[in-house]
Amino acid sequence: MITLSHLTKTYGDVAVVHDLSLTVEDRAFMVLIGESGSGKTTTLNMINRLIEPNSGQIEIDGADALAADAVALRRQMGFVFQAVGLFPHMTVAENIGITPKLLGWDKRKIATRVDELLTLVRLDPAAYRGRMAGALSGGQQQRVGVARALAAAPKIMLMDEPFGALDPLTRDDLATDYRRIHDQLGLTTVLVTHDMTEALILADRIAVMRDGVMVQIGTPNELLNKPADDFVRHLVETPKRRARLLAEAMASA
Amino acid sequence: MNDDAVALAWSELPDYLGQHVLLSLSAILLGIAISLPLAIAASRSRYLRGPALGFASLVQTIPGLALLALFYPVLLFLSAFTQRTFGFGFRALGFLPALLALTLYSMLPVLRNTITGLEGVDPATKMAARGVGMTAWQSLRLVQLPLAAPVIMAGIRTAAVWVIGTATLSTPVGQTSLGNYIFTGLQTENWVFVLFGCVAAGGLALIIDRLLALMEDSFADRSRPKFVASVLGILAVIGVSLFPLFVSASDGGSKTVVIGNKGFDEQYTLSELMAHRLRAAGYRTKRRDGLGSIVVFSALASGDVDAYVDYSGTVWADDMKRTDMPGRAAVLKQMAAWLKQKHGIGYLGPIGFENAYAFVMPRAKADALHIDTLADLAAYAPRLKIGGDFEIFSRPEWRAVVKTYGLKFASQRVFQPNFMYRAVTGGDVDVISAFSSDGRIAEYKLKILGDPKGALPPYDAVLLVSPERAKDEKFLAALRPLIGSIDLATMQQANLMVDRETDKKTPEQAAAWIEKKLAK
Repeated sequence: MITLSHLTKTYGDVAVVHDLSLTVEDRAFMVLIGESGSGKTTTLNMINRLIEPNSGQIEIDGADALAADAVALRRQMGFVFQAVGLFPHMTVAENIGITPKLLGWDKRKIATRVDELLTLVRLDPAAYRGRMAGALSGGQQQRVGVARALAAAPKIMLMDEPFGALDPLTRDDLATDYRRIHDQLGLTTVLVTHDMTEALILADRIAVMRDGVMVQIGTPNELLNKPADDFVRHLVETPKRRARLLAEAMASA
Repeated sequence: MNDDAVALAWSELPDYLGQHVLLSLSAILLGIAISLPLAIAASRSRYLRGPALGFASLVQTIPGLALLALFYPVLLFLSAFTQRTFGFGFRALGFLPALLALTLYSMLPVLRNTITGLEGVDPATKMAARGVGMTAWQSLRLVQLPLAAPVIMAGIRTAAVWVIGTATLSTPVGQTSLGNYIFTGLQTENWVFVLFGCVAAGGLALIIDRLLALMEDSFADRSRPKFVASVLGILAVIGVSLFPLFVSASDGGSKTVVIGNKGFDEQYTLSELMAHRLRAAGYRTKRRDGLGSIVVFSALASGDVDAYVDYSGTVWADDMKRTDMPGRAAVLKQMAAWLKQKHGIGYLGPIGFENAYAFVMPRAKADALHIDTLADLAAYAPRLKIGGDFEIFSRPEWRAVVKTYGLKFASQRVFQPNFMYRAVTGGDVDVISAFSSDGRIAEYKLKILGDPKGALPPYDAVLLVSPERAKDEKFLAALRPLIGSIDLATMQQANLMVDRETDKKTPEQAAAWIEKKLAK
């Protein structure tokens, strides 16, 4: 369980996240949504302390994360982000095996784990493990990115617009694949996106952020049926509005 | 051109090349050891980055020769300081100043490329390194440095080529290098030597450049065979170059004596003559050519050089800092006492001729103007141009002459000695500074102007030996027959053989000629 209490992050005079409190239950799939600059990525990055908050508390399974060693903390969480950031000078297998290697696993155990993960993200281990990371397509790279994040068997996955840079077909494939993995492994996932369709499909609960403040939190149904304000209504209705525009465009064609 | 010169050049190659490679290698390794951590720190701190790059760029603007020369006084001062404070000094000449100067010289490309390389790493990759749980050090070691490696390697390659080239300039601070060919060759107009030195240094730089380029490729392509090949190649070059040094160091190094000289023809000839005598007495000899006046004196005092020929007036003015002029015999006597008391240096005696500073002009012109002495010259000086060697115009002798005779010339220029003679015979200048033992004075029909007021000190050629060798009776016995054995005419003739344009002899041949003359 992840508990954020009264988190604040300021840069100079500007508070990018202000007094944010949020609880993510075990095995939950939480989506943080908002426009650019809403503070959603900052919030996510504070959970594994890639960004340090100015004030507030973070507890992971009841333990104070801010008092823990940041590096050790990151090794027990998976982290996936839009730019992927595979290490171009390493093979696919070396990329996936990096966190286990840092944790001091033995080589045989890492190799077994790498093949297992490649299978999980639907890449053929025999064909991919020896390839250089730079030689993969965008979708393949992010599959490897997900596998790398899962390598040390974390209970928590932090994902920052993980599918945002992919073409729509690949994006949907990967998103549904990931939801399956989330359920199968019993993960706790916090995913940041600005795509409401993706949020509605993937999330158990959605937290809407605006200007550094959490505006509403609830299940997809709660947000659709009882939006807290016009901003949230406008946001959750985006997929429907787009579907209507699509229908009109098709009709006039 | 000259088969003897080529054979001689080859025979020096193992020593020169070995010393050159040892020096360059040490400087590059030390340079990397300093620059790499500094660049890593600088890539994280704006406050360090500016000053570090600024300093390295500044060093780069200092001409190589000046940078090397600069370290001599600095180290001399430091050595005196540590001697006083901690009771030990170190050598201000030879390997150390050359090493430090070249190390500084190697820094800029390594520093600049490492910073550029580290900053060129994709921010997403660095973010990922943190995200997967790497510490700052792990991120540097496992991700940033490997990705920056080709760029860093390119910097190391540039540094290596610069250092190998600039190392040729370490000869004048007393460090043997391939530059010995060039400096000796230039002084004796032995173009085979000059060419040999250039080709050897250039060839070495080129080979190392290609091998490091291969290593750079191996990082870019992540190719292990290329990496192994480049490492083996570099090790082979180093091994082959350094092998002779270890061989000569291991077999009876204690019997190898070092004969120094100041880098002009007479000095080469006399040092070869001494070396020849010592070899006959069973010593293994080595020549340290082309050392500066002050360099060779300190080297003798510290025992890096075992013997060389100096001139009484030089020791009197430069080392003893005396300005009074008690006369030729008194100078020798006081000098001998001072050398022994102050430095423990052994004074073997005068060789028999004087090589004094003299001012000369073409005989025809001097006679036409009725100039016989420096006093006569004073009236014409404002209309005349004077040329001198690199030292004269900054020496006390020149100040003494100017003051005594009230000389003031229309212009004054400095020349490399051989070119100076061409300038005066060609009419570019009217008067030049010369040395009385120079065979070219008679050859070019030049007239030595008298010094009626005795402004110029005596310059007896004297044989000096290091404090340690001053106790080595066998060593002294081998050299003692040279005392009082060479008169001015003999030395002038020997010098002319080496200096003249046609039927030119090497200093070795001139030494053999003197030896033969002495045997009669």
